Amino acid sequence: MTWVNDVIQGILLGGYYGIIACGLALMFGVMRIINLAHGDIAVLGAYLLYLLLEHWHTSPFIALLPVLPTMLLLGYFLQRLVLQRSLRGGLLTPLLATFGISIVIQNALEQGFGPNVDSLGGQVGSLVTSAWRINSEISISALSALIFGSAIVIYAALQLFLSRTTPGRQMRAAAEDPDTAELVGINSHAVYALATAIAVGIATLGGLALALRTTFSPYSGPDQLIFAFEAVVIGGLGSSLWGALLGGIVLGVAQTVGAQINPEYSILAGHIVFLVVLVSPRGGLLTLRSARGARRVMPTVTT
Amino acid sequence: MSLLELANIELRHGLLEAVRSVSLTVEEGEVVALVGANGAGKTTLLRGIAGAHRPAAGTISFGGSEITRTPAYKRVAMGIALVPEGRRLFANMTVEENLIVAAQRSRAGRWSVDTVLEAFPMLQPLRRQRAATLSGGEQQATAIGRALMTNPRMLLLDELSLGLAPVAVEAVYASLRSVIGEGSTVLLVDQDITRASAIADRIVCMLEGRFVLEGRGSELTREQITEAYFGLRRGEVASA
Repeated sequence: MTWVNDVIQGILLGGYYGIIACGLALMFGVMRIINLAHGDIAVLGAYLLYLLLEHWHTSPFIALLPVLPTMLLLGYFLQRLVLQRSLRGGLLTPLLATFGISIVIQNALEQGFGPNVDSLGGQVGSLVTSAWRINSEISISALSALIFGSAIVIYAALQLFLSRTTPGRQMRAAAEDPDTAELVGINSHAVYALATAIAVGIATLGGLALALRTTFSPYSGPDQLIFAFEAVVIGGLGSSLWGALLGGIVLGVAQTVGAQINPEYSILAGHIVFLVVLVSPRGGLLTLRSARGARRVMPTVTT
Repeated sequence: MSLLELANIELRHGLLEAVRSVSLTVEEGEVVALVGANGAGKTTLLRGIAGAHRPAAGTISFGGSEITRTPAYKRVAMGIALVPEGRRLFANMTVEENLIVAAQRSRAGRWSVDTVLEAFPMLQPLRRQRAATLSGGEQQATAIGRALMTNPRMLLLDELSLGLAPVAVEAVYASLRSVIGEGSTVLLVDQDITRASAIADRIVCMLEGRFVLEGRGSELTREQITEAYFGLRRGEVASA
């Protein structure tokens, strides 16, 4: 029965990894940018919420109302002012640019908030402590269930956006062939900026989830990035939207089952699964190797 | 006033001069065919007009306004549409989505998903299929339809017959005639001189980045075109 509980907890934990991985997968899928600052952006979002809640005693969910649009704008301008320029320099330049942004965010947060750990768990009252007890072995915490449910909603909303709306279709077109997209009237720079804004927005939700379920510090970003990256790779490296969530769930289950064997093996078990997937010939759960060798971006996102 | 005016256009791929100081005017309603061997600069010239390739020198005017530095997506809104070489459909999107995605900056006009599917009846049963699963001819029809969705004032067609079965080429050209019959302005590239001269009012022959022969289809003999095509009489710029 403990194993059943581990798997359930792992799946729920996977919801968190799925949220963190979503924006990373989107940016990689649309622009081929690996955003090394993704984890730090999530932590930045958590700190903005923290800052707001210091002055305004309310629920972190209400604090999202001003913070989320701020982060969306930040993402938009990040793409317009920094990443779009760096894309001209080939594939390596955006990687270096996001690496630099990562360091800037970490140091700025330490300057502003100090090196201590903080948490928003205390601001949501009983949400953190309440749980549904199924039997003596299995209980599901309300917070984990909420985070997992949010992950499903985020992925479903993104899928609907990409398949049913004009900007979503433009995003898929620009992801597949930016040159031709321009020739049918799509402003790819604007589409890219929108994709980054969405990715940063979802990262902010990930930052809130992080701040609620555990503690965070200015240097928490890189750990979140690693988990997000592992989830994306296990899920098939941007070849499918839902793959990142599935990858997050596999990673979460590996970590909780690993911890059951020995608490020290938790993170290690996740890394091992990641490495096994990385070296396996199929390379990712949902990767479909294309005979044409064409770039496959989000093939599941079709109506 | 001509619809399209190119003045001393120069287009480069790095150090390679693909198009060397070319000037061309296309009148409203005219069908111009650009012929020439591989590497003559035809595709590069079309991409330059569409805005996918910035000229190193020269100016491009369209409908009276200068567009030399205008990005491709804005030229679409002005009425320039390119059907690119090799179709270049969005392979993971359905036929219908390929059409819809081009409608964003569409000008007002008669082309919509319904009218395009009317013009290319073979696409009707395929509208919900992924573009990657279509045959070459069906893909070419979708690519032309996608360009029409923008309601262009001028249609640029690059190598329509490339990689298609002869039957498919017939079908594509047959539906193209019905489109051209409605007074559109077309600049088309084809390696097949017979087909190009059958459809075009005027033929321009390119060799190594320059125009070497230009004239009305009826005035040029096949021999003249062939000579220009292969550069048999180097240095003599013929004009009929």
